[in-house]
Amino acid sequence: MATIAQEPTGAALEQACDTVVVRFAGDSGDGMQLTGGQFTLSSALAGNDFATFPDFPAEIRAPQGTLFGVSAFQINFGSTAIDTAGDAPDVLVAMNPAALKTNVGALKPGGLIIVDEGEFSARNLDKAKYATNPLEDGSLGRWQLLKLNISQATLDAVKPFGLGNKEALRCKNMWTLGLSLWMFDRDRAPLVEWLKTKFAKNPVLADANIAAMNAGHAYGETAELSGPLKQYHIAPAKADPGLYRALTGAEGIALGLVAGAQLAGLPIFFGGYPITPASAILHHLSRLKEFGVTTFQAEDEIAAICSAIGASYGGSLGITSSSGPGIALKGEAMGLAIMTELPLVIINSQRGGPSTGLPTKTEQSDLYQAVYGRNGDAPLPVIAARSPGDAFECAIEAVRIAVEYMTPVMLLTDGYIANAAEPWAVPDMSAYKPFPVEFLDHVPEGGFKPYGRDEKLARRWVKPGTPDLLHRIGGIEKEVDTGHINYSPANHQIMTDIRKAKIDGVANSIPDQTCELGGAGGKLAIVGWGSTYGPIHQAVGRARDRSQDVSHIHIRHIWPMPKNLGELLKSFDHVIVPEMNTGQLKTVLRDQFLVDAQPLNKVSGQPFTIAEIEAAIAGALA
Amino acid sequence: MNDMTPISRATTTKDWETDQEVRWCPGCGDYAILKAMQRTMPEIGAVPEKTVFVSGIGCSSRFPYYMETYGFHTIHGRAPAVATGLKLANPELDVWIITGDGDALSIGGNHTMHLLRRNLDCQIMLFNNEIYGLTKGQYSPTSRVGTSGPSTPYGSVDRPAMPCAFALGSGARFVARGFDVSKNLPEVLKAAHAHKGAAFIEIFQNCIVYNKDVFEDFAAPKGAEDRQLWLANGEPMLFAKGTKGITLDHQSLTLKVVDVVDGNWQAAAVIVHDVTNRSVAHMLVEMRFGEFPMALGVLYDDPRATFEAEVWTQNAEVSEGKTANLSKLLSKGQTWIVGEEVGPEL
Repeated sequence: MATIAQEPTGAALEQACDTVVVRFAGDSGDGMQLTGGQFTLSSALAGNDFATFPDFPAEIRAPQGTLFGVSAFQINFGSTAIDTAGDAPDVLVAMNPAALKTNVGALKPGGLIIVDEGEFSARNLDKAKYATNPLEDGSLGRWQLLKLNISQATLDAVKPFGLGNKEALRCKNMWTLGLSLWMFDRDRAPLVEWLKTKFAKNPVLADANIAAMNAGHAYGETAELSGPLKQYHIAPAKADPGLYRALTGAEGIALGLVAGAQLAGLPIFFGGYPITPASAILHHLSRLKEFGVTTFQAEDEIAAICSAIGASYGGSLGITSSSGPGIALKGEAMGLAIMTELPLVIINSQRGGPSTGLPTKTEQSDLYQAVYGRNGDAPLPVIAARSPGDAFECAIEAVRIAVEYMTPVMLLTDGYIANAAEPWAVPDMSAYKPFPVEFLDHVPEGGFKPYGRDEKLARRWVKPGTPDLLHRIGGIEKEVDTGHINYSPANHQIMTDIRKAKIDGVANSIPDQTCELGGAGGKLAIVGWGSTYGPIHQAVGRARDRSQDVSHIHIRHIWPMPKNLGELLKSFDHVIVPEMNTGQLKTVLRDQFLVDAQPLNKVSGQPFTIAEIEAAIAGALA
Repeated sequence: MNDMTPISRATTTKDWETDQEVRWCPGCGDYAILKAMQRTMPEIGAVPEKTVFVSGIGCSSRFPYYMETYGFHTIHGRAPAVATGLKLANPELDVWIITGDGDALSIGGNHTMHLLRRNLDCQIMLFNNEIYGLTKGQYSPTSRVGTSGPSTPYGSVDRPAMPCAFALGSGARFVARGFDVSKNLPEVLKAAHAHKGAAFIEIFQNCIVYNKDVFEDFAAPKGAEDRQLWLANGEPMLFAKGTKGITLDHQSLTLKVVDVVDGNWQAAAVIVHDVTNRSVAHMLVEMRFGEFPMALGVLYDDPRATFEAEVWTQNAEVSEGKTANLSKLLSKGQTWIVGEEVGPEL
């Protein structure tokens, strides 16, 4: 099946509508991520459902005004359920020519462009490689264009505070935020509070930023009737009553690990090494020491996992985390954890690869690495999170499997989930069943066998320091029961079989696969995993609204797979597997179940759009 | 914070032996080191269940299987990293790292450096035989120039690393030397154990198959007096039955050998060993055998705060007054309440 390349479709935004997609784009130094983040908060407070997509360059501060230095933040919000950050924006806020150039192609025909014309100098146009000024040459005719000198308006607004020119211009993003707040009829008060807190040590800066925001808002109020600028009203989304918060994937994982460790009754040891986009998990956990969390920034990826293995050996819950290249470095140590049968959670926040690849872009191309990527027959359970909220649940599940089966577990997320935020109904922890770990602390009846096993084939966990249970473990093949070194052919066969059977047996502890939409036995199943959940869910939902016979299956347990999955897949005439890779889950499904799973692939570093999946559905059912 | 001193208990050498068949080559220097260790443990009052031997890969790294303690035979070069996690998880454990010249200085050089820099409380015993034994005789990072083996049939051309200089340069607070069959080895092990923090011990070990007798020039019993300088804190640096000593050449600021007449070492300005003198330690680890005797014993010993203790202290300090309330943690940050009927409220 072909890869994806599509023009955006859609119509101009209506003043009363269900959902809106806004993209803020500017220079890396323009504060677009901050603007987007605060606009997200205002959406949450307005009761909208939302999904966000921060998209920023790998460079910290790329040269100003360049195409590769553009940082963007997209938010899709509305009164109906939102699963994705939206296909094509309705509104593009472009803070300079480079931001316009790199983002305008995604805008819906008829969509609104708001630009800071103060930045469209000959020099900046040149840096963005514009031969002529797009604001004047008619090339933006497909869209509504609103030219504002945001730079000048900001300078005017903050003049009373006596800031230098550079500092004053830094308030531009707040002017823009103020205008955006007016456009969607949002309350400014929480943002004023936030600015006061943020700049508590420098009240002048707080006042200047507030003034800029108010000026942007005031501009909207006075300009409303004279141009393309209009105010839109998005009703609150229907949501179950309760307490909500905005949650990113990295937060979801960190909180899920803490919750999982509490359910297991264990302290956490987290060994990490800085890498984009996984570092955020280390950052979150390093502030949670009162929850029995020890974080260790190791000298490299290998030391990060090895220290986690050492901590697990010592009786803590060992956790390590990285992205693809770092996970590759950890491979040998995963084998050690498999051989010594110690619990360990490994989180892979996938990014574009191979090698350094696309550090800040999203991809799902480490599935093979997770399932197969070690020397020897080295099986370990693999689970994949579909969203920030789901990352919380998956982290708990990873901890459960690790301690119940005495095995390393790999949890896959990706750059999109790690950075994106969604509203999350704060769960009631009393609803979660604890799975307390019982260390072996005495010689059991029949004597102590370091590699003796329970009914799940898991060996017992013994902490060094425990009298009478002294034993040695290591990466050399172990003798059945005793754990002594044993290279004999028969023993290796048995131990390899046991290691495989133990991991296969994890399937006995996971729920049957269900359909997210539709049911078994239809014409077409769209089978996804990880962060493609949003676009697949929306696309299948829309297709079903058009009475098309299509179901959505989303797999959390990548390895081992749910026991009924093969049967479920075989009940459909066609199976399509959209993935942000060249067809990895597709291959595993074909191998495991001999089903004619067809790939739908996208490896552009960008998530699927709903339209892309809808097109695939239409093609398959035609 | 736990009391990190293991409670001592009376044991005998026999209590530290396992039922496992020892698989080193007959005559290997590792046997002598194992015996020295098993003899030392009762003397330092070590407790078997609180003792953990962690090793990497190589001949020396089989050591844990032969000690009746907890043991973890890990992967090549990574023992320091595993030990770091273990000790952070449970600072009460008495951790010994067993490694070799390839394991600690080649594939695992990075981890060795960082363990020493952080000052994890453990003993790190580097068995230096200047050769890769288990992979059958390739030259190692400590092999002398010209070492021939299956991968260097015409002799190695790269210069060797100096383990003790590497350790000191990495920030080690305890550096000592011994050799496999030395009767003084248990004393060195005891001193290492008594040191709070990372204690680095280079043990010259005779690989009788691939690098036989490479240390004979100083380790052979005959003439040992002239070729070994056993350092003792507070004692003058004398050797050759007190007829020679080490002094500082004030012109070049380097060490040199001087003759001592009638035992009057003061007159010869022989240096009195101060284990806390880092400058002298730097000179001792660089002392070239041949021109000088081999410096053995405790070269440097100046403890400071250990890594795991600092981590545990900080964990405790920043947790003070905070409760581990998960529900509260989950509800932190940007939150809002969705009411029963109408939209959201603040």
